[in-house]
Amino acid sequence: MTSRRVFLKNGAFALVTLGFAPSFLARTAFAAGGNRRAKQLIAIFQRGAVDGLSMVVPHGDAEYYRARPTIAIARPGSGAQDSALDLDGLFGLNPRLGALKPFWDRRDLAIVHACGSPDATRSHFDAQDYMESGTPGVKSTEDGWLNRYLQARKAEQLSTFRAVALTQQLPRTLQGHAPALAMSQIGQFGIRGGAGAAIGASFEAQYASAADQVLNGIGREAFDAMKTLRIADPSQYQPEHGADYPRSPFGQALKQIAQLSKATLGLEIAFADLGGWDTHVNQGSAQGQLATRLDDFSRAIAALVTDLDDRMADTVVVTMSEFGRAVSENGNRGTDHGHGNAMMIIGGGVRGGRVYGKWPGLAADRRYERRDLAVTTDFRDVFGEIVVRHLGLGDPTPIFPGYNLQASNFPGLFS
Amino acid sequence: MRLKTTALVLSAAFAAVLSHPTAATFPSDDKSIVHVLNRVAFGGRPGDIEKVRQIGLQQYVERQLHPERIEDSALNARLADFRTIAMTSREISERFEQPMMEARRERQRAAAAGADPNAQPRRVDPAMQSIQQGANGVIVELSEQKLLRAIYSERQLQEVLTDFWFNHFNVDARKGRDRFLLTEYERESIRPHVFGRFRELLEATAKSPAMLFYLDNWLSADPNGPHAPERQSRAAGRNRGQFPGFPPRRNPARPGVGASPAPQPPAAANNRRNGLNENYARELMELHTLGVDGGYTQKDVTEVARAFTGWTIDNPRRGGEFRFEERIHDAGEKTILGHRIKAGGGMSDGEEVLDVLAAHPSTARFISTKLARRFVSDTPAPALVDRLAARFRETNGDLRAVMTTLLMSPEFLAQEVYRAKVKTPFEFVVSAVRATGADLVEARPLVRALQELGMPLYQCQPPTGYKDSADAWTNTGALVGRMNFALTLASGRRFAGDSATWERAVESALADDLSDATRATIAKANDAPQRAALALGSPEFQKR
Repeated sequence: MTSRRVFLKNGAFALVTLGFAPSFLARTAFAAGGNRRAKQLIAIFQRGAVDGLSMVVPHGDAEYYRARPTIAIARPGSGAQDSALDLDGLFGLNPRLGALKPFWDRRDLAIVHACGSPDATRSHFDAQDYMESGTPGVKSTEDGWLNRYLQARKAEQLSTFRAVALTQQLPRTLQGHAPALAMSQIGQFGIRGGAGAAIGASFEAQYASAADQVLNGIGREAFDAMKTLRIADPSQYQPEHGADYPRSPFGQALKQIAQLSKATLGLEIAFADLGGWDTHVNQGSAQGQLATRLDDFSRAIAALVTDLDDRMADTVVVTMSEFGRAVSENGNRGTDHGHGNAMMIIGGGVRGGRVYGKWPGLAADRRYERRDLAVTTDFRDVFGEIVVRHLGLGDPTPIFPGYNLQASNFPGLFS
Repeated sequence: MRLKTTALVLSAAFAAVLSHPTAATFPSDDKSIVHVLNRVAFGGRPGDIEKVRQIGLQQYVERQLHPERIEDSALNARLADFRTIAMTSREISERFEQPMMEARRERQRAAAAGADPNAQPRRVDPAMQSIQQGANGVIVELSEQKLLRAIYSERQLQEVLTDFWFNHFNVDARKGRDRFLLTEYERESIRPHVFGRFRELLEATAKSPAMLFYLDNWLSADPNGPHAPERQSRAAGRNRGQFPGFPPRRNPARPGVGASPAPQPPAAANNRRNGLNENYARELMELHTLGVDGGYTQKDVTEVARAFTGWTIDNPRRGGEFRFEERIHDAGEKTILGHRIKAGGGMSDGEEVLDVLAAHPSTARFISTKLARRFVSDTPAPALVDRLAARFRETNGDLRAVMTTLLMSPEFLAQEVYRAKVKTPFEFVVSAVRATGADLVEARPLVRALQELGMPLYQCQPPTGYKDSADAWTNTGALVGRMNFALTLASGRRFAGDSATWERAVESALADDLSDATRATIAKANDAPQRAALALGSPEFQKR
């Protein structure tokens, strides 16, 4: 192996093995004695295009009720059951997002509305790709924007658990040259089979003396990770502060993120996703298909934030979805693919209790292509502000190639 | 049976080779045979080394370059039971896509007829479920077929190259109806051309419904059109009229998206006219021909896109074929890469673009670099790439000639590239099964294994295809996955055969390359399956 990239990797691994042997013990000690925690970002992808107008309801925009005769969320104080929870007179939360309302009241939750991609695509496939690569309109970008962040930012401590996706496959946004882990169940990360321990030790011995330096380094990391997880013992995890995670896959994914975070393994970027948002038929309003998904979504996030408690000072949770849905409901009491959407940002010193972004209005002539919520905030400005002001990266330009990122365009989520 | 290898013979043989820099005389030692089997084939099977030794490496390579002369009946017997792999896209659409669309429409009608909007998500409908399974089965069968061919075909180089070229002209099955189009795409547009002329391969992909759909060219239209004859009414629903009025129904593309798979009402809310779509034009130059630094501009992208307007799909919802649609073609003059295409050329505009791109020196270099990376090393010697590119140009892109030059080159056999490539998960899985000589009862577990190893077959999302260099495939989770795969494979529950045989076979596949540490762990193991697992999961076996 003579490629330069591999060579660089060797250097990195050499550092691990020479500096902190055995590295997993050193790492644990580092964490225990560490005086400051690194910043964390927890990214949540709502795959399938959630209806942002049902999440963060523009109840003050009369056009909303005209466009949605059967699926609108009732005005706050209208006396209707399950009406929207008012936020600021113009917007209200879907009542099934009620678990998040306390964070809004505590000014820990900020919302950016009419946010999204400048690209016109209404394809889930392309739009997810663009949001994850961070390069709308460019399909050949090889890595994801979160991975480019990992590349651009030197890790404070080398950790196998620096970037973890609680998914079966590594999501596009974490793919790239920087190492990132995907595991759907952290308890199952290890050598399987009855003879596990002995075989594991044998494989470890093989890789410890592998002539190939990259395999040698990665093997070491893998076995370190297994040992670390064994010590952390995920099966014994108890959420704190009364956090009550839903038993759903998404709830369990967030619970495992909290667990990794608290195990002080150097977690910096975590990722989870959930689907079921593509509500073309019988979307429902405050009850029904979409409401059920929102309930799971909000209770899981609320549990995570509650569980992490004071760690939230160093943590930002951000939610995203590839595009919003059309303003008018369709002929099947559902909504078709649209454009602008709402994102939520919680924790980490965010100036919450506010809906950010210019509201373009829902009147037909204010809509994108006369049908969808227009985009007034580029999603890269939200991610960019998080990267700069929360994660503290000095120069974010490599994260969003081809985009002229400027602080003056940031929504102003952080002071 | 430990294999006696004569590693030292290598250096002498290579010295001889190097004195003839353009035509290698093949060495005959076992290590060289293992090397060639790892590159020209997906690794060796039990007995392969002996067989190759008998006919000689040179003869083996020459035979592989002419797959039509290699008998392959054992593979064909294994593929005989697959229902879909010989079907046309039209047949697949009739059998699998249309029942699914019909069931969805039915569901939609039921919903519109006043089902309770607040009802819980409907219970699982067994009829719908079976239709859905049939539809998903198309890609599963295609994947099983790919694995069986890679494992059992005698025409190994053809399969290696089919994998290479499919990946070069990548199409993701998860984009909408592409999952119904890939069977025909691989069978008709890729495999028959891998030893043919690049220009023909390029046109086969350019006119394939799979590519036209994947990179959106089927929608690309002259923004000033449509031109006479007058645009047909969409509502008429006549087959021809389906394009371009109907936007593609983009299926939920990612895990989790598909919870409510109701189709978008055809174009009801989507009254916009189609315009120019540059997607294919850009990828054609960046990924299929010139390479990203191949010397084209944004202006070229737009001009190429104009040339390809009207290259669309006939009756796209029914598995239709390529069709040129004059009405939406931009008939004006175009200039690409300094080459003028006269006005009024119609369909030949696109063909002219393919001529120009296929003959461009950047294309020769880009393709040569990728082939050298696949067959030689992640960082192939510039001199080798130069020779391959020259061969490409002087033979007008004769891919068999280029491959011959590559496989006969001293760089291909050079000692420093021996086991220098990290296997992709696909290469790892296939070579592991081949090494054991296992008689696979079904390939489906391997399809799932590749998903877990991060390389789901036919599901590479970006048009770049999967990467062919070590850094893409060496990460912690994936490595643990490989060890677990080795354990599962060697435990042998799913495979016929006897584990003691595998153990010997695996050792021979590794020649004498096991490190002392690996040998020591194998010596300590309890039984044959464990020994085989330790060999297959070892660092040495991760490389080829």
